[in-house]
Amino acid sequence: MRRLLRRLGIYLLAIWAAITVNFFLPRLAPGNPAAVVFDRLAQHGNVSPEAIKALEIEFGINTTDPLWLQYLKYLDNLIHGNLGVSTNYFPSSVGDIIRQDLPWTLTLLTVSVLLSFTLGTLIGIYMAWRRGSALDTILSSLMTFFYSILYPWLALMAVYFLGYRFGWFPFADGYDIETTPGWNLDFIASAVRHAILPALTIIVSTVAGWMITMRNSMITTLSEDYIMMARAKGLTSRRVMFAYAARNAILPSVTGFAIAVGAVVGGQLLVEIVFSYPGIGYALFQAIQSQDYALADGILLLVIIATVVMNLIVDVLYAVLDPRMRQERSA
Amino acid sequence: MSQTTLPPTAYAPGASPPDRSPSLPVGLARAAWRMVTLNRKVMAGSSIVGFFVLVAIIGPFVMTQDPMRYTRNLLAPPSAAHLLGTNQGGQDLSSQLVVGTRDSVTWAFVAGLAVTVIAITIGLVSGYFGGIIDDLLSLITNVFLVIPSFPLAIVAVEFFSRTTLTIVLIVALTNWPWGARVLRAQTLSLRSREFVTAARASGEHTWRIIFFEIFPNVISVVAASFITTTIQVLLAIAGLEFLGFGQSSIVSWGTMLYDAYSGGALLIGAWWWFAPPGICIALLGAGLALLNFGIDEVADPRLRRRVRLVRQKKAATA
Repeated sequence: MRRLLRRLGIYLLAIWAAITVNFFLPRLAPGNPAAVVFDRLAQHGNVSPEAIKALEIEFGINTTDPLWLQYLKYLDNLIHGNLGVSTNYFPSSVGDIIRQDLPWTLTLLTVSVLLSFTLGTLIGIYMAWRRGSALDTILSSLMTFFYSILYPWLALMAVYFLGYRFGWFPFADGYDIETTPGWNLDFIASAVRHAILPALTIIVSTVAGWMITMRNSMITTLSEDYIMMARAKGLTSRRVMFAYAARNAILPSVTGFAIAVGAVVGGQLLVEIVFSYPGIGYALFQAIQSQDYALADGILLLVIIATVVMNLIVDVLYAVLDPRMRQERSA
Repeated sequence: MSQTTLPPTAYAPGASPPDRSPSLPVGLARAAWRMVTLNRKVMAGSSIVGFFVLVAIIGPFVMTQDPMRYTRNLLAPPSAAHLLGTNQGGQDLSSQLVVGTRDSVTWAFVAGLAVTVIAITIGLVSGYFGGIIDDLLSLITNVFLVIPSFPLAIVAVEFFSRTTLTIVLIVALTNWPWGARVLRAQTLSLRSREFVTAARASGEHTWRIIFFEIFPNVISVVAASFITTTIQVLLAIAGLEFLGFGQSSIVSWGTMLYDAYSGGALLIGAWWWFAPPGICIALLGAGLALLNFGIDEVADPRLRRRVRLVRQKKAATA
């Protein structure tokens, strides 16, 4: 329990650090980013006073408050989910845009990460089991290439060859515009078809990492004495492979899971851009291109906090998976 | 202490006496050759990395075409005149790729080095001192470890002027925690070893103990972390450049991809514009990864040898 509480403290600090960086950078930056935002906002006319107030608090202008008071007001705004207005999608608030785009990103992320993790881990187990075989050698060298692939580049290749050239899959937007978003079959089918290529891109770029981690960990585990014991008892290969070796070998993959997901999120933002996917990545790109700082910061802050929360979940999961952790807790 | 006075009989029987000491450059070359031919993976990895470094150094002298020069030959597919075709400004893409290699390779290594230096300093200091210094540095490391580095880098980079140096600095500042944690753990296990105690007892200065006694012992970990980090920063820099944070006056693999994407290479079908830079990134990364896995195999024999059980089973079934 103490360990978990300590981790919880670290996660809270991480969220606080991210928020604080978000608060100070626009104030430290040269070229007055707030002025840019207000210029753009002024072009829209009739901006509500609350919206202006929120932006003033976010970027710290038109205020005589000391820094600490600005900071407290900023925190207060955040806690109430008030992230300001977007200049791109005026008069929508940043919160509205994120609420609208987030489900797309989350669904795509969850599906592709789970598939990639399962696939990579299973292949890794098999590679370690049949190590030195032709399959292991070929996959190992192929994986070094995919290990360091640039997500948006793979996305470009997928869009061009699988989408544009061969026409196998739709390669832009999240669904057909003829369908109406909602819980109807047409829309869901179209959304799934549109998600195939982006998901495939993310899976191909991440599966190598899981495979390598699992393979190496599995090889180390396979040389343990209890594996020999299990074999000597005459247990079936499958039982030794999964119940004895893999169950222990998976722990490094689980510890690395949260950090890897943090990296995947960054990559997915880039993939969404290439596919014009209606998630937060595409919104982020447009926000950056047009210096819509309130929207960009809101999205990034959300991504960071979400990743930190994911870390916490994995920590709890780890305690469930590893009996040694449970014992330490009760001790 | 000094080994020069050892009599010849000091060598174990059966072991061959060392070579007559060659001149320094020959010795260095021989040591380097031994290093790159440790095993197949290291050899393949260092050839790939060596190739890119070579292109980065001499490539721009070989490619005589100015990569930024506009011509009337717009969006030409690959031909004899333009090996990789041209972009929508008629710029020669093979020259861009070669000149871009210099930028991408150099900055990846510089950023990788910067990250490694930060990680070494924080990891070693934290692991050696322990106590409150360790608590504090570990806390900072752990906090930054859970913050995803790429989104954080975007937060940091968006407000500053768009130069390569900004990107490299920010990438270096957001990627150090992983290496620092690994090095801290290593240092922690070395701290109570006898040679460290001896050095402390003989009154050596703390900084000397950290960087001259402990550091040489973690050099293999440092090398592995440097290589991993370089892959990471290569991708991070290219990613930020793809988002449009690159310096517009220079060519690199990342800015080429950004130009291709924002220039609509996809809609035009100019695959020769966006395919090569990405292949280069993946190849260089693969070379570095191979190098790393090769070193891993040398360091961890279990990864090298096949599990005996499997072999026995095969023999039994044969």
